[in-house]
Amino acid sequence: MTAIDAIDRRIIQATQGGLPLLAQPYQAIAEQIGLTAAEVMQRMRAMQESGAIRRIGAVPNHYKLGYRYNGMTVWNIVDDKIDELGGKVGQLDFVSHCYHRPRHLPEWPYNLFAMVHSKTEQGVKEQIAVIAALLGEFNQGQDVLYSTRILKKTGLRIGS
Amino acid sequence: MDELDKIIINHLQDGFPICESPYAQVAEQLGIAESLLLQRLQALLDEGVLSRFGPLYHAEQMGGALSLAAVAAPAEDFEKIAEIVNSFPEVAHNYARNHRLNMWFVLATETPEQLPQTIARIEQQTGLKVYNMPKINEYYVGLRLQA
Repeated sequence: MTAIDAIDRRIIQATQGGLPLLAQPYQAIAEQIGLTAAEVMQRMRAMQESGAIRRIGAVPNHYKLGYRYNGMTVWNIVDDKIDELGGKVGQLDFVSHCYHRPRHLPEWPYNLFAMVHSKTEQGVKEQIAVIAALLGEFNQGQDVLYSTRILKKTGLRIGS
Repeated sequence: MDELDKIIINHLQDGFPICESPYAQVAEQLGIAESLLLQRLQALLDEGVLSRFGPLYHAEQMGGALSLAAVAAPAEDFEKIAEIVNSFPEVAHNYARNHRLNMWFVLATETPEQLPQTIARIEQQTGLKVYNMPKINEYYVGLRLQA
């Protein structure tokens, strides 16, 4: 964990909506917040190294790329097997995110979450079958929640 | 969306350089003019094919907190509840899902203390129980969709 300072905060606020589509975007950010381009680039590199910036890049809208089936697959896994099995599920090439999360019994018995994406319903079903086979007897129940609509997708926002 | 758009989207999901003229550098790698790259990126953003383009910040690595949370919004109040939930700047993403828990959102706060406070405020304003599901362990994160 790396705490960010006041200058980092200004950089984050200036870029959290996106990078300017200008030939020299870091220069443009620097001018906006009263720094030099060199300082902005040096601090952004440092934030990338510390993990504060996960990556710089494009975030596609799944639906617009034809990925209509975005399934949050959820599984009820025997507690002492979850790290081992979670690690294996996370390694599947079609799984984009994989987490151990708390159950909320009795309504929510699932503790392993794996996101899958496909252009067809059949594709998702096949992906789920692969995960189920991998989990085997340690899987005590499962469900899949498809996203039906994006209600918000802005990414992290920090206030001023 | 044509072939060039797909090449641009796939290339830019892998990262973007930090240097004086990064678009020129990427354009050169792709064998196109910088102005064409900028024009295409603007169009992809305008059309909503790209939700955003820029740095993706990680709340936890900055000393903050991140969680996934869900509510069961009654169908007749769904839009109103979505509006309330989305009005929180701490809500980074929000998706409608086909389950009794039909609204799932990611919360990102600058400090760990703000997370339970934000959840309490969402519960207060929506009148719904928020199911908080912060990660206990992360096994993989690497979203990349082939365009």
